[in-house]
Amino acid sequence: MTVAVVVFPGTNCEHDIVHALDLAGAESELVWHTDTDLSGAMGVVLPGGFAHGDYLRTGAIARFSPIMAEVERLAIEGTPTLGICNGFQILCEAGLLPGALVANRDLAFICKPVHLRVESTESILTRSATVGQVLEIPLNSYEGNYVAADLDAIEADGDVILRYCDATGRSDETSNPNGSMNAIAGITNRGRNVAGLMPHPERASESILGSEDGMVLIESFVASLTVPAT
Amino acid sequence: MTAFRYRVTINRKRGLSDPEGATTRKALQDLGFISVESVSFGRILDLEVDSSDAETAQAEVEAMCAKLLANPVMEDFTIEAVS
Amino acid sequence: MTAKDQAPPHIQLGMTDEEYEHVIEILGREPMAAELAMYSVMWSEHCSYKSSRAHLGAFSADQPWVVVGPGENAGVVDLGDGWLAALRIESHNHPSYVEPYQGAATGVGGILRDVFTMGARPIAVWDPLRFGPLDEPRNRYLLEGVVSGIAGYGNAVGVPTLGGEIEFADRFSQNPLVNVMALGILQRDQLVLSAASEVGSLAILLGNATGRDGIGGASILASASFEEGDEEKRPNVQVGDPFEEKKLIEACLELYDRGLVEAIQDLGAAGISCATSETAGNGGRGMEVDLDRVHLREPDMTAGEILMSESQERMLAIVRPEDEAEVLALAKRWEIEASTIGTVTEGPQLVVHHRDELVADVPAASLADDAPVYHRPFERPGDLDEIWAREPEVPPDVDAAATLRLLLDDPAIGDRSWIWTQYDHMLFLNTVVGPGHDGSLLRIKETDKGLAVSTDGDALRTYLDARRGAARIVFESALNVAVTGARPYALVDNLNFGNPEVPEVMWQFVEAVEGMAWACGELDVPVVGGNVSFYNQTDGVDIYPAPVVGMLGFCEPMPERPPRLDRAEPGMSIYVLGPETVGDFAASAYDRIVNGELRGRPADVDGDAARHVVAAAATLAHTTPVLHDISSGGLAVALAEIAIASRCGLTVDTMPGPELFDETPLRFVAVTHDDELDTNEPHRRIGTMGGDVLDFGDAGRIDLAEATELFRNALPRRLH
Repeated sequence: MTVAVVVFPGTNCEHDIVHALDLAGAESELVWHTDTDLSGAMGVVLPGGFAHGDYLRTGAIARFSPIMAEVERLAIEGTPTLGICNGFQILCEAGLLPGALVANRDLAFICKPVHLRVESTESILTRSATVGQVLEIPLNSYEGNYVAADLDAIEADGDVILRYCDATGRSDETSNPNGSMNAIAGITNRGRNVAGLMPHPERASESILGSEDGMVLIESFVASLTVPAT
Repeated sequence: MTAFRYRVTINRKRGLSDPEGATTRKALQDLGFISVESVSFGRILDLEVDSSDAETAQAEVEAMCAKLLANPVMEDFTIEAVS
Repeated sequence: MTAKDQAPPHIQLGMTDEEYEHVIEILGREPMAAELAMYSVMWSEHCSYKSSRAHLGAFSADQPWVVVGPGENAGVVDLGDGWLAALRIESHNHPSYVEPYQGAATGVGGILRDVFTMGARPIAVWDPLRFGPLDEPRNRYLLEGVVSGIAGYGNAVGVPTLGGEIEFADRFSQNPLVNVMALGILQRDQLVLSAASEVGSLAILLGNATGRDGIGGASILASASFEEGDEEKRPNVQVGDPFEEKKLIEACLELYDRGLVEAIQDLGAAGISCATSETAGNGGRGMEVDLDRVHLREPDMTAGEILMSESQERMLAIVRPEDEAEVLALAKRWEIEASTIGTVTEGPQLVVHHRDELVADVPAASLADDAPVYHRPFERPGDLDEIWAREPEVPPDVDAAATLRLLLDDPAIGDRSWIWTQYDHMLFLNTVVGPGHDGSLLRIKETDKGLAVSTDGDALRTYLDARRGAARIVFESALNVAVTGARPYALVDNLNFGNPEVPEVMWQFVEAVEGMAWACGELDVPVVGGNVSFYNQTDGVDIYPAPVVGMLGFCEPMPERPPRLDRAEPGMSIYVLGPETVGDFAASAYDRIVNGELRGRPADVDGDAARHVVAAAATLAHTTPVLHDISSGGLAVALAEIAIASRCGLTVDTMPGPELFDETPLRFVAVTHDDELDTNEPHRRIGTMGGDVLDFGDAGRIDLAEATELFRNALPRRLH
C-alpha cells in the first residue's frame, strides 16, 4: 500500500481520488473506517462525501471511527495526510487542523468551479505549485465556510495555503463563494504534513473534465510520499 | 405593552422517520453509551413578543409556529413561557 | 365524520365495488384485512397502470440492442464490449406538493433503487420539473423546497445530478410535476432480474427499518385527485435517508459482484406486498412470509401496515439458503440491517403470517397480473378547433432587441444555474458536458464510449396538439443528444396527465402516446420503460398534458472535443441547419411571453427529414466547436445563449424579424472556424462571432452585457 484512502459509510469521492492518484503515478488502496491498521501507508487521504450522513455535525461522528486513532498517529509522526472537502471537515473536527467548516454564507449547496490562489508552497499539497499561481478547481459543498477563532495566529504562522480569488488572482467579497474567513480555501498544520481544502482537485485532473489545474496539488501530495515536506 | 418571552421547541412528528436521530443514537452506542434508547433532533427558538397581555402573546406565538416556524406536515412544536 | 369514513373498507381504500367483487372471485371468499390492503394498493392506478395499459402497446422496444424492455425495474440496453446501460424515469408529483423537500428527495431515492436493483451502479440523475408561475409565493416555496430536496438527497447519496429541464405554467400551481430519471451502467454478467425461481430460496429484507411511512401512499397520493385541504394527508409523508441509501447501494453492488443474489426487488409503492408478490409471481412461484421477522421502527404495527409501509431505502433480496450467512455478514459490514423474512415455495400462493396468525393467503401473481384493465372513454376536446383557428400573430417588423429583452428574462429561458449549481454534477469524473447545455454527455472510463441524455417536455405545445406536441418532444430530445455527438439509442417516458376519468384527458393521453410512439419509430428508438402519472388534477382543474421523455444517446468513439455553448470565438462563422422555417408560433415563447397567448396549432414534423437532421448533427459534433438546438425563443435566443456562454458578441445578416423567433422544429445552429461546414446537409451562413453586441441588422441590436445580465438574473431575481 502506498496511499491509504479512508472510506467511511457515506464517503463518495473515494474512487475519484484513486483515479487522480493513479494519473499522478501513485498506488492507493481503499481502507474501511473500522480498520485499525495503516502500518503500510506512506500517505493518507480522507476523501469527500457525507461520512455518516453528515448527521449531528459534519465530521463529528466520523472523527470517532476506529481508523481515526491510526490516522492521528500517522499524522503526528509526520506522514502526509490530506483531507478533501468532507475529509477536511473531519481533520478539523479531529483537531489535526485548526478551525471548522460551517454552512455556506447563502445557505445553499455550491457545485461550481472556483479560482484559488496558492498562498504558500510549504505544504504537502502545494510544494510543486508556485506562490501566486491561480488554479481553477470545482467546489462542491454545503458546509464549506471556514471559520477559526485564532485566525491571526493561523495567518501569522503561514498555515493558509489556498485562498479563494477571481480569475486574475484578486480576492474580494465577490470572489469568496461561501463566506470563508479571509477567503481561506485550504490550510496546513504547523508540521506542514497535514493539509485540508474544500475544493476537489481530483475533479480538475483531466482536460476532458474542463480543467487539469488540480493535478499540481495531487502531484505535490504524491511527491511528498517519498520526500518529506520542508 | 409588555415583553413576553417564549421558548419554542420543534421536533419531528412521532412515527416519522428521523435518520439523523437514529444515526446519532448508533454513534453513541458505538462509543459505549449503550443506555441510550433514542435520539430525536429538534430546534429551539427563543422569541420575545411585545403584547398587551400574556394570552394574546401566546396566541401570536402559536400562530407563528403553525404558519412558519414549524412545518406542520412533519413537525410538532411546544411553547413554553420563560420568565 | 365524512361519508367516506362510513363507507365499506374497500371504498375507503380507493377500490370500486367491481374490483372488490373480482378479489372475492380470485380468493373464493371475502378478503382478510391485510389482503384487502394488498389488493387495494397493487391494483391502484399507480401500481397497476389500469387506465393506461391498454394503450401502452403502441410503444415498441423491438431493437437488437435492447436487453431488458418495459416491465422490469429499469430498461437495459447493450453498449458493446460487455457494457450495459440501465435507465428509468419516475414521478413524485403529489408527494412533492404535500412536502416539497421530502417528496423530491424520496423521488431521487426511489429512482436510484430502480436502477441498482438491475445490478447497475447509478451514475447520474436528471430532474424535469414543472411549477406554477413564480409570482405566487407558494410556487417559489415549492421550487426552492424541491430543488433543495433533490440536492440534499442526491448530493449526499453520492450520485451526480446533471440538471433536467423546467417549465412554468398556471395549471401547475396546484399540481407541480417532479419527475426524475436515473442512468446506471453495469457489466453484462452483473445483470440481476426480479424473478425468484428456485424453491427454497430465502427472501432477505435489507436496509431501513419498517415504519408507518406513507401507508397507502400509492393509492392515495398517486392515484387520486387533490382537493382543498389535502396538505393534511400527513401520515403519507415519507422521509428520505440518503446515508442509508448510500450504504444500501454499496452493499447491493457487492452482493452482485460476489454472485450472492438470485433475484432482487426494491421496495417502493406497496412495500413488502409488492416486492414479495412480484419476485414470487415473476418466477412463477409462491412465498411464505413471516412479518414477525421484519425489523420495525414502531413495534405496534398491524400486519396491513407492515405490508403496505412505504418506508424508504429497503430492498428484498432472494438468496440461496447456503449463501444466507454470507449475505447477512456482508450487510453487517456495510452497517445495514437485514432480516430473513420469507422462503420461496412451489407456489402459487403468497402466504403471510403475523403473530402466529395467517393474515394473507393469495395467489402471488394475481396481485400484479389480475389487476383490472380499463378502456376508458376518450373524446376530442370540443374547443380544440376554436383554439387552432386562433393564429398567433408576429408583426413583420418585430423589434428583435425589445423582444429578446423579454425572452431572456423569462425564468424558463433564462439561466437556470441557480438550480444546478446546487446539485453535485461532477462526481465520478464522468461529466464531459454538464448542465446548461442541450444534452449531458458522460464518458465511460477506460472505454471510448459516451452516453448522452436529454430530458424534455413541452406541456403547452402538447395541450395545443397532443399528438404533434408529444412527437416533437421526442424529436427535440433526439436532436439534443445528437448535438453532443451521440445517436438516439433508447427512450424512457413519464406520462403526466390529469384525471383519466375525464374523456378529454384520456384523449390527450391516447393522442400523445401515439404521437410519441410514431416519432420513436421514425428514429428507430426503442422505448425501454415508462411511468404513467394520472390524476394530476386539483379542484377539478387538470394539468396541461405533460409527457416527459428521457432520451439516451450513445456514441463510440466519443468526440474528442464535444461541442459546448462556450466554445465560440471571435471570427468564427455562424450557420443554420435543418428545415426552413414554416411560421411555427403556436405555444412559442414569443406568443406566450410577448402576446400572453396560448393558441394555434403546432407544426408537424417530417419523419424522414428528422432522421436526416439528427444523423447530420451527431456527425458534425465530432468536428464543430458549437452546436445548439433552436427551441424555445427561436434562433434569436439560441444565438444569445451561445454569445452569453462564450462571452462574445455576434453579427447576423438582416432577416425577416419573425424568422428570429420562429420555433420550427429540428433546426440547429453551428459555429465553427472553417469557412465551410464539414457536411452535405443544406446549411446557410448567417453571420460571424465577434464584438460585444448582439447585432441582428435592421431587426435591432442589444449589448452583450445587458443580455447577459437579463439572462443570468431571470430566475434568481424572482426567488429573492
